[in-house]
Amino acid sequence: MKQRMGVKIWRWSIISVVGFYLLVPLYAMFDFSTKPYGFEDSGRTLRAWKVIGTQEALFEAVTRSLITAAIVMAIILFLVVPTAIWVQLKLPLLRRPFELLCLIPLAIPAIVIVVGIAPLYRWISINLSESPITLAGVYSMLILPYTYRSLSAALDAVDIHTLAEAATTLGAGISRVIFGIIMPTIKTGIINGSFIAIALVLGEFTISNILNFKTFQVVIAQIGRTDGQVAVAVSVASLLFVLVLLLLIPNKKRRGAVLDVDIA
Amino acid sequence: MSSSTYVQLVDLAKYFGKVKALDGLSLDIAQGELVALLGPSGCGKTTALRALAGLQELDRGQLMVDGKDVTFQSASKRGMGMVFQAYSLFPHMTARENVEYGLKLRTHKVSSQKRKDRSAELLELVGLSTHANHYPYQLSGGQQQRIALARALAISPKVLLLDEPLSALDAKVRTQLREEIRRIQVELGTTTLFVTHDQEEALSIADRVGVMRNGQLEQIAAPAELYDRPKTSFVAEFVGLTNPISGKVSGGSIEILGSVVKTLPGSVTSGTGIALVRPESLDVVASKSGNAHVAAASFLGASCRLNITMNDGTKITAQLPSLDAAGIGAGASVSVSLLDMPVFVKAAG
Repeated sequence: MKQRMGVKIWRWSIISVVGFYLLVPLYAMFDFSTKPYGFEDSGRTLRAWKVIGTQEALFEAVTRSLITAAIVMAIILFLVVPTAIWVQLKLPLLRRPFELLCLIPLAIPAIVIVVGIAPLYRWISINLSESPITLAGVYSMLILPYTYRSLSAALDAVDIHTLAEAATTLGAGISRVIFGIIMPTIKTGIINGSFIAIALVLGEFTISNILNFKTFQVVIAQIGRTDGQVAVAVSVASLLFVLVLLLLIPNKKRRGAVLDVDIA
Repeated sequence: MSSSTYVQLVDLAKYFGKVKALDGLSLDIAQGELVALLGPSGCGKTTALRALAGLQELDRGQLMVDGKDVTFQSASKRGMGMVFQAYSLFPHMTARENVEYGLKLRTHKVSSQKRKDRSAELLELVGLSTHANHYPYQLSGGQQQRIALARALAISPKVLLLDEPLSALDAKVRTQLREEIRRIQVELGTTTLFVTHDQEEALSIADRVGVMRNGQLEQIAAPAELYDRPKTSFVAEFVGLTNPISGKVSGGSIEILGSVVKTLPGSVTSGTGIALVRPESLDVVASKSGNAHVAAASFLGASCRLNITMNDGTKITAQLPSLDAAGIGAGASVSVSLLDMPVFVKAAG
């Protein structure tokens, strides 16, 4: 009983410290965004928050960034995940090289990547499309280290070879094995990996800014140059938006909850 | 090829580098028969089973099932039902969904109602009707393997392949489940290949047991014959316990412990040989002027096992009915003689 009490106190003090660390800057941002504007106003004002609604460029940017994120997500689901499973199942010798390949984007600074791909995107802009959505390509590369990590952890936790063989003897072809058996089994890992990827796409600034694409973060930065309070209000709003997303999606279909136990 | 031969493994070979997993294995299985492949780890028994399932490519050989050559048929088209050593139920499906999975893929024209009936029938067969809506993580190891068996049988497989399905279970469940596997197998008449390293498992439920060594079949025979009339010293020593006792061989007999007994075919034919004597082929009686004394006695219920040291220092193990062993305890002086049963004799040294 006494020990339990100790654990409880310990637990709550950790939660408090972490909570404090995370919430104070948030509060500070909120505080700043509601400070009086100019010389006439006094007390609190929601002016900055109201201005958000009038920023058309912002909404366009959010939409574009969300579409980009959705495309990246599709690339993860239909290319990265099946490839990771395929390598694990059929090409064990390629596991190390594949892992290394996926980690490379982590080792190269974003600025170097930009210099490398700038000519490619110049060509894309001229010949294909000027839309920032084309950034999905370079983003799918940037997210690899994070997505691959959570995928490989999930794949290592399950005996996918036996599952695959069981499904095969029952008459399943390779695509059925990958999409119908293995992917549902490592669902939690895929969801985790995808969330990190989406957060990364929505938060990326360097590459899109230098390539001169008006993504969400670039527009926020532009607003910040003219009106700091609005930029901060938008940042807080976007954080809340992502938080709501995070809370909503995994709860949608809790049947997969059984997997959390197996995989975690 | 006899008329009843249903499955034929012909001269199978598979080499992993220098390791010969299969080195010219041939085996015939009759329709409805349960054949167990027994052997130490690395003998190739699992490779043989996986080859028949289509999960293992071969370097050489031919696989015939029901008169058709399936050597190059893909695993998903072979119609083999397989139960694995590791738990292999699909974790995101209920027990019923697992059982129905193979049917869904195979028979598109079969209505979902028929599928349901079939899975209900099989869940009943393995005694888990009440667990149809449970997820694998809600089932015990034994229950999971039962569902896996039901799943494999649902597709009415040409051959049921069991790859050490009981190894991960505890002793009591293992005994229970192996008897159940046998009951179901006989009931459905499914031709079955069962791979195990546990000789008790193999001897207790198989029609015939094949002992494998270094990728080859050492001997295949009915359990009793395999035990009583081993053809090689490896089989004699691998299946059951044996006491190595040396003696002089001549004219198809060997002289050991003061008696002369017949030797089995395949034995050493002359000179000094080592007889491999079963513990229950020894007769032990209490005797003041005996040729041995008891080092330890262990009571096993119906029988009693005696660790005996002969006067010349040889240590042997005897097993006799508890009634006959009454009064023979540790330290007792005994006289050991041989029952008149043929023994296998291997070369000395």
